Amino acid sequence: MVEKSKISKLIKDLSKEHEVFAPVKRKGLVSFKRVSEGDETCLGFQNTKKPPKEILFPQTQTLFTFKVDKNGVEIDESPTTNRKMVLLGVRPCDARSFALVDRFFSSGEFKDPYYLRMRENAAIVGLACSHPSSTCFCMSVGGSPIGKEGADILLVDLGDSYMMETISEKGEKLIGKLPWLKDAQNIDMEKTRKLRVEAEKAVQSKVPVEGLSKKLDGIFEDSLWERLREKCVNCAVCTYLCPTCYCFDILDEEADGGRRVRIWDSCQFSFFTAQGSGHNPRPSGKEMMRQRVMHKFNYCVKNFGENFCVGCGRCVRECPANLDLREVIEKISSAEIR
Amino acid sequence: MNAIENSIREIAKQLLCEKKVESIIGYEQGRIPLRSTPCFVDRVEDVQRLVWNATCDINLAKYLTGRKGKTAIIAKGCDARSIAVLLNEKQIAREKVFIIGVPCTGIVDRKKVEEKLEGKEIFDAAVESETIILRGEGYQSTLPKKDLLCNSCVTCKYKNPPVCDVFVGTKTLESTEVDEFSQILPIESESAEKRWEHFKEELGNCLRCYACRNVCPLCYCKVCFVDQTTPEWFGRTNELSDTMIYHLVRAFHLAGRCVNCGACSRACPMNIDLSELMKKIEKIVKERFNHEAGISAEKTPPLGEFKMNDPQEFIK
Repeated sequence: MVEKSKISKLIKDLSKEHEVFAPVKRKGLVSFKRVSEGDETCLGFQNTKKPPKEILFPQTQTLFTFKVDKNGVEIDESPTTNRKMVLLGVRPCDARSFALVDRFFSSGEFKDPYYLRMRENAAIVGLACSHPSSTCFCMSVGGSPIGKEGADILLVDLGDSYMMETISEKGEKLIGKLPWLKDAQNIDMEKTRKLRVEAEKAVQSKVPVEGLSKKLDGIFEDSLWERLREKCVNCAVCTYLCPTCYCFDILDEEADGGRRVRIWDSCQFSFFTAQGSGHNPRPSGKEMMRQRVMHKFNYCVKNFGENFCVGCGRCVRECPANLDLREVIEKISSAEIR
Repeated sequence: MNAIENSIREIAKQLLCEKKVESIIGYEQGRIPLRSTPCFVDRVEDVQRLVWNATCDINLAKYLTGRKGKTAIIAKGCDARSIAVLLNEKQIAREKVFIIGVPCTGIVDRKKVEEKLEGKEIFDAAVESETIILRGEGYQSTLPKKDLLCNSCVTCKYKNPPVCDVFVGTKTLESTEVDEFSQILPIESESAEKRWEHFKEELGNCLRCYACRNVCPLCYCKVCFVDQTTPEWFGRTNELSDTMIYHLVRAFHLAGRCVNCGACSRACPMNIDLSELMKKIEKIVKERFNHEAGISAEKTPPLGEFKMNDPQEFIK
């Protein structure tokens, strides 16, 4: 158990060996920032605008620097660090997103060392949701407001203090460094059990994803997509704010030397699939929209056995046109296959 | 349902029945409180979906370009001004669009509402003429609407569409007392260093999601300069130098054309008020060229035309 008044002490102690990231409110925007002792954290928030994925999968990441001259190519990989991190206050949907994204970065013949190194060095301290938002639909996609997947420790808000449940070995090690934590009593366990039931019941929003992958197999060429995408403006709000969207591009900044950087990319940009020849296999919003839905609810199911959506509802809340993913899924699910 | 909605639906029905247009672009109720969503109607039975209220935030002119067939569009003051610019720039043909003008009393800024509620969840909301009633877990609050309007609406001078084919309802009284550039006064009067710090802080949060560009009806370039690769004008990272170039070049490109509808600010997921930057450019254009964008479809923006007697005083 950790009392709420001791969060600053918790951050101080964790900071001895780790960089600590936690939700901070600045100018009305709650986002994950590096914090140190005394910084005001914002753990009573609904969820951060941006998911914490940017800490482990930065939007702009220098992979290495290089120099090309008559003697050949010189590569300096020192920009990549081995810093140890703690992500404190990660909502269960976002914690689960790491478990999903891990599968992408670690599957197949080639593992992604840049992501995996950061991931290995990061401990995720989850924060259970006592009051899920109206746009949350984690329960429909295999999550829970008190879910543990992807987290090493889970904090449950019990009023004046948080119950800290260790989930993994990494979490146990972390807790071991905090001898001042109090043991949870039976009454705390009981409160947590009650909270779980209440929180799960509070997730009102439901999305029909059962059988969706199979359904999508049959409607690739359907005219439905044209209708579904009509109001989409093809910005990257949904993909950039999505905790499970992992698409990226790699650029060399100069030909004769400079940085090789990895940047986020989005299937919602026409540039995403533009080919050198000028041909674009996904020429319009229809194909881009279809790609987003297919990738999350069909291709990932085939490749990794899961829908790559954790039901955080960010795309629902933040879409400039209020194009609601829940509605898109409903329309697809109820569509007749011709 | 309000009287304006009723009239909109009647007009929409008539237009479809008489085959005067193929479709109508309007707004319908969104799935979450305080949101509306664009609605494309091409069947008479669907006109019932059309709504008009202070949450109708997106600038529908965005959807006009590239549409096949004659389209009717619901346009508040700023939307109609964007349409006027599009007409002037020959992006749409006058005979292909039927403008249903509506009087606007300002659009609710949901970010201001969120700020006011300090993160409390809204279960449902009702927007009345003067107030917004919000209800959530353990609270109900009635807030004055005027404090929660978008910045661009607070200083708006054209609440009624200057260009339209039919006008619905009663014209909103245009305010004559508000200084249209009051919003930028505080930052304008700062030193160059302070202004730089301000924009660095604001734009430093940019995600490069291009929501601002993509909701803008006047950002219609087939290939935006940021997407060009031969040559690649600048980097695609979200580092400050790159994001700054994107926003500054976009702002210049909109000089004399932007109607300050505020769609970019409303679309920004990171709460960057881009209309602030645009308002300054609007002011410069007004002072230098006595031009206001989108007041008529006939007047070409100053940077879009060439005159032999251009004073060119900046060439020394």
